[in-house]
Amino acid sequence: MKRIFSVSVENRFGVLSKVSSLFARRGYNIESLTVGETHDPTISNMTIVSSGSPHDLEQIEKQLNKKLDVIKVRTFKEEESISREVILVKIKYSAANRSEIIEISQITKAEIVDTTDSNMILLLCDTPDRVDKFIDMIRKFSIIELSRTGTLAMKKCK
Amino acid sequence: MNGAELLVKSLEKENVDTVFGYPGVSICPFFDKLTESDIHPVLVRHEVNAAHEANGFYRTRKKVGVCISSSGPGATNLITGIATAFADSIPLIVITGQVKSEHIGSDLFQEADIIGACESFVKYSYLIKNASDIPKTVKEAFYIASTGRKGPVLIDIPVDVLLDEGHDFNYPDSVNLRTYKPTLKGHSVQIKKIINELSKSKSPIIMIGGGVKLSESEEEVLSFSKKHNIPFVSTLMGLGVGKDDNPLYIGMVGNNGSKFANKAINEADCLIVAGARVADRAVKQPDLITKNKTLIHIDVDPAEIGKNAGPNIPVVGDLKEVFSELNKFEDQFDFTDWVNRLNTYKMTREGLRESTDLYVDPKEFVYLLTQGIKDESVIVTDVGQNQIYACSNFVSKGAGFVTSGGFGCMGFSLPAAIGAKIGNKNKRIISLNGDGAFQMSMAELSTLKQENLDIKIVIFNNKALGMIKEYQHLKYNNNYTFNELNGFPHFEDIARAYELDYKECHSNKEMKNCIKWLLNSKGSCILELNVDRDAFTSMNM
Repeated sequence: MKRIFSVSVENRFGVLSKVSSLFARRGYNIESLTVGETHDPTISNMTIVSSGSPHDLEQIEKQLNKKLDVIKVRTFKEEESISREVILVKIKYSAANRSEIIEISQITKAEIVDTTDSNMILLLCDTPDRVDKFIDMIRKFSIIELSRTGTLAMKKCK
Repeated sequence: MNGAELLVKSLEKENVDTVFGYPGVSICPFFDKLTESDIHPVLVRHEVNAAHEANGFYRTRKKVGVCISSSGPGATNLITGIATAFADSIPLIVITGQVKSEHIGSDLFQEADIIGACESFVKYSYLIKNASDIPKTVKEAFYIASTGRKGPVLIDIPVDVLLDEGHDFNYPDSVNLRTYKPTLKGHSVQIKKIINELSKSKSPIIMIGGGVKLSESEEEVLSFSKKHNIPFVSTLMGLGVGKDDNPLYIGMVGNNGSKFANKAINEADCLIVAGARVADRAVKQPDLITKNKTLIHIDVDPAEIGKNAGPNIPVVGDLKEVFSELNKFEDQFDFTDWVNRLNTYKMTREGLRESTDLYVDPKEFVYLLTQGIKDESVIVTDVGQNQIYACSNFVSKGAGFVTSGGFGCMGFSLPAAIGAKIGNKNKRIISLNGDGAFQMSMAELSTLKQENLDIKIVIFNNKALGMIKEYQHLKYNNNYTFNELNGFPHFEDIARAYELDYKECHSNKEMKNCIKWLLNSKGSCILELNVDRDAFTSMNM
């Protein structure tokens, strides 16, 4: 079972390591983790995607709440959330496949953010599963470098 | 004032009168300023003992223990003691010196990332970057360590912060932590549910865990049990709360507990777990415990509820508060029939005695020893067979029982006994040790002498690591290996080296006299028991 944890934490030295070590220590799985400052500079927000049995997920929430640097834990299922991921991918291209890459970018709404005469960088911001699909589509090209942010998520407005 | 002085003044504000520690370059500024204070520093012989002594100190004084070491190896030596305290929810303040702030991360001489190393067994940790933060940090640390589910809090202070001059001392009056607000008051709906459940129950039982001692709720829990005639059992960490002359006390549960206490749990239709983790050593298959009964779990730590067994009625709160609330209900139940039935299960010790006169029977020894002591005494055990002998033959007449239950740390008894004695000089402290465990801690005899303490030390000497031997007997087809201790050292010579009175108890015949000698001797002494190297606890592993 997949679950998203949106965790507000004190924006302090060492907090990321304290939270991630909790997952390592108890053998919980982290599928992705993103972290950044919020509008309040004393608070950071972490979005952690994890999976496990219902018992594990309940324990993760309780153990997160137990951490003294954690201010609030919100937890929700993927379908209850608005989630996005950003991906950057550097591809080596040639005259033969250039137009196909451009076509894929147009279909997927990826942006070409940098080019030289042999390489280009594509950027896509989309839901995690559409980012997966995008990677499948470009896999056949020569990928030099690929980097994705991990899921950023928020519970839908009611 | 410099940082070190702020630290000393802050400890004074927390009414600290004793610290356990070991010096080193990074923490020297602290000890320099400590000479101007009434706080008494106890110089240990290995840092791990500083944590164990602070642990023992808490157990008799009921005040947070403080231990202090230098950076690097001094700090890492503390780790086992911190983990031991964490596993038993013992509040400690652990202060470690650190290399200069500007050198952190550069692998300097005696530098260790102690905060990183301890992350999974401290309740919280601080790295202080400015001396002016010291008072606030100490205030918070004491608050965090001693409230909610208690535990060790680590404060790592770089030496330049301790030496930083020009600060005024202002100690905060209160603590305001937006992320830490432990739930103490139990939810009234949940508490009402307990009463409802009892009205339906025919055979309820209470399981008393270490949390009862930690929250100092013995009186509330026992009066609840008495009011409704609800029998209770104890876990290892709860030992000492129930007294043997209380007909409602059925005994200790778990794989070292009594058969009848375990049977009582199995037959109960409602189990109230009070401040216990439903841990693997107490309940063999925690997930099955709910099979034929309603499980009510009361604990101050919400993460503990449902971790090992899913309760029907979870109650988050401090046991003292929850049981006070429960005692306010006018409903009155009576489970006398059930209590009478349980009391018929209780077995006498007749027939358990060993007839040999070649050795000392360790079970009988603990039984006879604890039969003669009351609330003036505290038993401190080590880990291994001596712990099993102690807990399963302990006659509870009011004596305290201190042990490393969660972490099972060998070498705990002697330092914890030293801390316990310093924590309460009026108590008679009896330290039980195996010959293996004692060899891990005996350097601390020197601290004992230096502090001029009176501690009664018992060594169960079977010249082997008996627990390992027993395990190899049970699980490895008697392939005894790596457990021989070769009969060294001669503990009589060790006693002489530290100028301690010594006596050896050779056989069961001498046992009574030896116990008399132990309890009545003036000052610290060592009683060595000649235990059969093939003696087994017969624990249920």
